[in-house]
Amino acid sequence: MSRLKALVREEHGTPPLRGGHSLCQGCGIPMVVRTVLDSIEGPKVVVSATGCLEVATTRFPTTAWNVPWLHLAFENAAAGASGVEAAYRALRRRGGLPQDDELTIVAFAGDGGTYDIGLQALSGALERGHRFVFVCYDNEAYMNTGIQRSSATPFGAATTTSPAGSVSFGKLQQRKDLTAIAAAHAIPYAAQSAAGPHWQDLSVKAERAAKADGPAFLNVLADCPLGWGHEAHVSPSIVDGAVESCFWPLYEIDHGEWRLTYRPPEKRPVEPWLRSQKRFAHLFAPEAEGMLDEIQQRVDADWARLVERCGG
Amino acid sequence: MGGLKAWTELEPGGIVVRDEAVQPRTGGWRTGLRPDADLELCVDCLLCWLYCPDSAVRLDGSAFAGFDLDQCKGCELCAAVCPTGAIEMVRDGD
Amino acid sequence: MATDLTQARLLTGGEAIVEAMCQIDPDVVPVYPITPQTPIIQGYAKAIADGRAHGEMVNVESEHSAMSAAIAAAVAGARTMTATSSQGLALMAEVVYIAASMRAPVVMTLGNRALSGPINIHCDHSDSMLIRDSGAIQLFAESAQEAYDLTVLAPRLAEHPDVLLPVIVCVDGFTLTHSAEPVELLDGEQVRGFVGEYRIPHPLLDLATPTTQGPFAMPDYYFELRRQQAAAIEGSLAVCAALGEELGELTGRRLAAVEPYRLDGARRALVCLGSTAGTAKDAVDEARDDGEEVGLLRVCSYRPFPAVAVRESLADVDEVIVLDRADSPGGSPPLAVEVAYAAGPVRSHVYGLGGRDLHPADLRGIFAGDAGHYVGLRGGEPCPA
Repeated sequence: MSRLKALVREEHGTPPLRGGHSLCQGCGIPMVVRTVLDSIEGPKVVVSATGCLEVATTRFPTTAWNVPWLHLAFENAAAGASGVEAAYRALRRRGGLPQDDELTIVAFAGDGGTYDIGLQALSGALERGHRFVFVCYDNEAYMNTGIQRSSATPFGAATTTSPAGSVSFGKLQQRKDLTAIAAAHAIPYAAQSAAGPHWQDLSVKAERAAKADGPAFLNVLADCPLGWGHEAHVSPSIVDGAVESCFWPLYEIDHGEWRLTYRPPEKRPVEPWLRSQKRFAHLFAPEAEGMLDEIQQRVDADWARLVERCGG
Repeated sequence: MGGLKAWTELEPGGIVVRDEAVQPRTGGWRTGLRPDADLELCVDCLLCWLYCPDSAVRLDGSAFAGFDLDQCKGCELCAAVCPTGAIEMVRDGD
Repeated sequence: MATDLTQARLLTGGEAIVEAMCQIDPDVVPVYPITPQTPIIQGYAKAIADGRAHGEMVNVESEHSAMSAAIAAAVAGARTMTATSSQGLALMAEVVYIAASMRAPVVMTLGNRALSGPINIHCDHSDSMLIRDSGAIQLFAESAQEAYDLTVLAPRLAEHPDVLLPVIVCVDGFTLTHSAEPVELLDGEQVRGFVGEYRIPHPLLDLATPTTQGPFAMPDYYFELRRQQAAAIEGSLAVCAALGEELGELTGRRLAAVEPYRLDGARRALVCLGSTAGTAKDAVDEARDDGEEVGLLRVCSYRPFPAVAVRESLADVDEVIVLDRADSPGGSPPLAVEVAYAAGPVRSHVYGLGGRDLHPADLRGIFAGDAGHYVGLRGGEPCPA
């Protein structure tokens, strides 16, 4: 059976996240959520951090979730998942659950709730070895509150708290490498992936993550038409551009072994990809001279280092 | 959506039981266009089903079975990813 | 509250709470260390290592995560307990409000300790007062015995279908957590029988009935959800009274929201929370021996505040003197405010901040009207009007 048909079958006619939510037209998040959840066999419980996904899908008294779902606050998705996991273990041990199925606990948080305010709880949960999957839908800024910069925002990107003006030109710091930080916790599985045209990569990784005997971390690029400044229907090419230019490489760290899961046949220059989004438009003005080069050099250096780490 | 409930009618903690939840419709977000599928060209690849952010592609088993226009927001992703050009955006109401 | 000394063990409040935890045997215990709560979590960890307790102890990386994991476990369907003090409570304050609004029946020991700054590890009630509006129930123990009794009571109260709220058992830092007193324990069977099975209306892990928990609410519903929560804590007073009676049948000691001490015929009465009541009772006895008509009203349930019982208890008293072990700079002390609203004008004193002891001599001064508003402070204080 094709992988896509397997996802259909896993839904059993009921998507884990249905329509009727207020995520933007063309939002990149739902595809990440459905691809991940549909690639995991058996029952799932979702824990969400505060953010676009949570706010848009659960305005009381509605819900767009067909699976059990929990939200606490912004910084504690991983702590919440830890609590659910501990409860699950305890109840299972004393025969206190009405069903015997192997449950997968999946936490979803944006880059804000993962890289920044969520980092402590994430680190703690990874260190303690809880069996759960943490998925960061990384759209590279605090989108829900109006596109403010996070430590996942790329160098040079304009956000409302790192705007481009006449004397400075977008975010001046480089992105944090959170996938490496997660992997440094020596968890069984960590990976970087994307939905869109690379959904199969994400699906395979979600399956692996769910089967890991311990914590698993997935850092998934999710485009944001509003925050990135592009038309919704070109999202697939935007995600594709990030991957093909090696701006967002796809790789996994499986029990400490680094492995590239996608090597672009032709490493494209990053400039056309930057040009396709309004958040980088100011980089093409003469005042921002040098920034484009800096971006390309950094992408090249990071890619070279990653390739070496993955065995060349 | 029915009338707003009194505080005495709410589940403790604001828990929403899925089967009792209010289900909004977001079809009203469309601004004039809706997707239309030519079944002769459709090969049931199901990419539109996976890409749709609003889970608005209906299936019959693993065959394409139409769009849920109560939820479709008109983002045009289905038309963009369809490999055979089977999906076109047409005027809403046509 | 009589402890049968022939049946008692010499235990610190912290140790007594550990005994209660072993007997209750919760499913999940997420904790983070902070003085003076540490003997509790250490004792519990040792109990697990020795097979006396069987919960999942989760050594989280901060108090914020402790309460977060606790809520998640509790709504998932597991009986959950935790403990903290002072800065730990301050850090988890955001989530305590959420525990109450999500109606998560978490039981927490609070080793009352002063809030920074300056940083201070000793007893006062400022930490409790920080979260007084959170919607969590707060019961104050007078003794190590009561710390044990309230801990046994707490899960039944928290989990009651009309309550479903976090219950915080407040025990004075060091004075109760670390000082040994005679404590009579129930036996394990009795506690298990009293506490019963954990049951909540909509466990997250009931996969057959998917629920969405922890909603986002707009102005059209937030107010109603909050009102519902307020109704639950208001109604918990009656539930607590009934449970206090029921537990009293097992222990011989009835727990109640207020404890009047020699108020019959009293013209003046002290009101206070926590272990200070022990010293106050001695001071009342001494004053009574000297022919002064004084008494004490100890408040056990600070939240919900038993306004009716307080008003009725103090109805015939001419002068009510409220002793607060916390301050509200620029405003009025928290216990004084509640008592005044319930029972009329009071004389207010603030004492014991940062662990400053309150001595019988201080109480004699308070009775005599010689004590400043801030009791025993170096530098002099005007006496309250």
